[in-house]
Amino acid sequence: MSVFDRAYDDPVRVLDEDGTVVGDVPDLDEAELVGIYRDMRLARHFDERAVSLQRQGRMGTYPPLSGQEGAQVGSATALGETDWIVPSYREHGAAFVRGLPPEKTLLYWMGHGDGAKPPEDVRAFPIAVPIASQVPHAVGGAWASKLRGENDVFVCYFGDGATSEGDFHEGCNFAGVFDTPTVFFCNNNGWAISVPRERQTRSATLAQKAEAYGFDGLQVDGMDPLAVYKVTEAAVEKARDPPEGRLRPTLIEAIQYRFGAHTTADDPTVYRDDDEVRKWRRKDPIPRLERYLRSEGILDDDRVAAIEAEVEKRVADAIETAESVPRPEPRALFEHAYAELPSELEAQYAEVETLREEHGDAAFLGE
Amino acid sequence: MSDTQNLTLVQAVRDGLSTELREDEDVVVMGQDVGRNGGVFRATEGLYDEFGGDRVVDTPLAESAIVGCAVGMAAMGMRPVPEIQFSGFMYPGYDQIVSHMARFRARSRGRFTLPMTLRAPYGGGIRAPEHHSESKEAFYAHEAGLKVVTPSTPYDTKGLLAASIRDPDPVIFLEPKLIYRAFREEVPEEPYTVPIGEAATRREGDDVAVFTYGAMTRPTLEAAETLAEDGIECEVLDLRTISPLDREAIVDAFERTGRAAVVHEAPRTAGIAAEITAILQEEALLYQEAPIERITGFDVPYPLYALEDYYLPSAKRIEEGIREVAGFSP
Ligand SMILES: Cc1ncc(C[n+]2csc(CCOP(=O)(O)OP(=O)(O)O)c2C)c(N)n1
Ligand SMILES: [Mg+2]
Repeated sequence: MSVFDRAYDDPVRVLDEDGTVVGDVPDLDEAELVGIYRDMRLARHFDERAVSLQRQGRMGTYPPLSGQEGAQVGSATALGETDWIVPSYREHGAAFVRGLPPEKTLLYWMGHGDGAKPPEDVRAFPIAVPIASQVPHAVGGAWASKLRGENDVFVCYFGDGATSEGDFHEGCNFAGVFDTPTVFFCNNNGWAISVPRERQTRSATLAQKAEAYGFDGLQVDGMDPLAVYKVTEAAVEKARDPPEGRLRPTLIEAIQYRFGAHTTADDPTVYRDDDEVRKWRRKDPIPRLERYLRSEGILDDDRVAAIEAEVEKRVADAIETAESVPRPEPRALFEHAYAELPSELEAQYAEVETLREEHGDAAFLGE
Repeated sequence: MSDTQNLTLVQAVRDGLSTELREDEDVVVMGQDVGRNGGVFRATEGLYDEFGGDRVVDTPLAESAIVGCAVGMAAMGMRPVPEIQFSGFMYPGYDQIVSHMARFRARSRGRFTLPMTLRAPYGGGIRAPEHHSESKEAFYAHEAGLKVVTPSTPYDTKGLLAASIRDPDPVIFLEPKLIYRAFREEVPEEPYTVPIGEAATRREGDDVAVFTYGAMTRPTLEAAETLAEDGIECEVLDLRTISPLDREAIVDAFERTGRAAVVHEAPRTAGIAAEITAILQEEALLYQEAPIERITGFDVPYPLYALEDYYLPSAKRIEEGIREVAGFSP
């Protein structure tokens, strides 16, 4: 039976909260399993450091991901090399799996324009802050790929709140009509800032919305990285090479929780209670996979310690790299607005430099 | 003398909403996170508890429906006050704003009117993430049928908000979030209005008329004080309403000085400064003694925050711009 043939409200599961196997374990070798574990640890550690950088005034507002590593890493790991991710603003962990250097993510939230530029060899769209606006992009990208006969798959990430936006609906509808190789990966973390999932829609599940567009939808335990891997792999395979009678797109509703605040500017204690947080913390994807991997003899204390050390060093290096990047030159304001800078903008840039020459940077930054 | 409270600008928003909710049963506040959370800037704090979830409504995340439903409610005579969380997220609702909110009255030849007030925090300078710092008031000023209001003090905020909510026509109420908490002012507890369409003179001077609004009012006044030390006296006019502009006050200040600068953080091309310049050309050409200086954001996408101080007009940039105007001789 394929993962697509199931009730909408019956999430795919592989490991339970304790790491006990409750479903078919996907076909992953040891290195791949350890890779998922390591990448989740990387995302978590990055997240903790990023929040603390913000607290220390070394970074601007930052959207934390803790709790959502299983969904991000499990899904991104299931992509082929030539596939693309089209993220929102919270999928730092998925981006690292795809090869985005963590210093890029730091730079972005430190307010540097260059942080928004994925390296040429990383198949990722830039972060999209306006909710759901990236959904049609993922359809268009996949559509282009299909028209060119490449059938690279585009995995689009967005939240539960995003499913209320017109762009979500319009994008999904186009994906169905044009049968594009798109995977709609909904990180349902239960909340859109302070608005609970039940307030977004009366639909019993988000997955069932796929029905209206004519393609498959399913739920998965988003804090079970192996289950997420499994469903994403199936969705990607179907997007590339659909069986008779099935459309390429899939809507995956990955049920999960953000342990922390919506962003560092948010105070979640105003709208949700500790009991709820505690309940979800028990589902933490990291100890869950760790327990399973230990029970399989794939991880032990030494390997876990080595991974911890590796991850800590990577993040420390990324922070050092990001913080050593000087404030961009004002010229960067004007660069990239057009292929060629129009003369009017040259003139505006000259205004900046004239003032700088006469009064220094203090003319802009204050004393 | 009635009782007053010492409020910040964002507290004046809250107080203004609360007062109007109390005054008029038809007032409804709606938007993302405005209810239980009290708004991401706390602009609606406590209102949900006081007025209940039917009048202070947490909506799903959909700007088009927020604006569009407010249009429908307003057409039925209610006075909805939808909030868009940041002005950068107006655009999913833009079709509703332009195609309906602005022209329902005209399209229905007055059969339907829309007494609604669309609030949004706008502007830069708070180290916010991408899309959170833009100033796009010119979009709305360009749209016939809308009024566009940008307060710069707590007192004006409460009064202009009340005037907007009570206005028979739709108002875009843009709140300068940079100065949400920058200072406090005595604000009457009782209801009052500040008229839409009237500018306020924040400083008197005979040499240069400087037109500004919103968060730029403060650095402009700072620049004016510095210039006064050098004997250049600025008349600083806080427009308060972007549409309709107070043409009379603008022209009057210009006729008395013969020189003008306009300061806004929005981009220069097709901005409010261009409109003011055109008004002065039309109505006061023969008074003009120097080119009118536009001291504005640049015509580039608003940068991530590491460079925003170079984008936004600083007190120094404003000062130097005004010096240019003051020092011009043909
Ligand atoms: C079009 C738009 N409206 C509003 C916002 C402000 N905002 C940022 S995140 C957010 C909630 C998003 O919730 P969800 O889609 O569930 O994603 P999550 O943040 O939970 O990952 C809101 C309202 C925005 N960024 N874009
Ligand atoms: Mg969410």
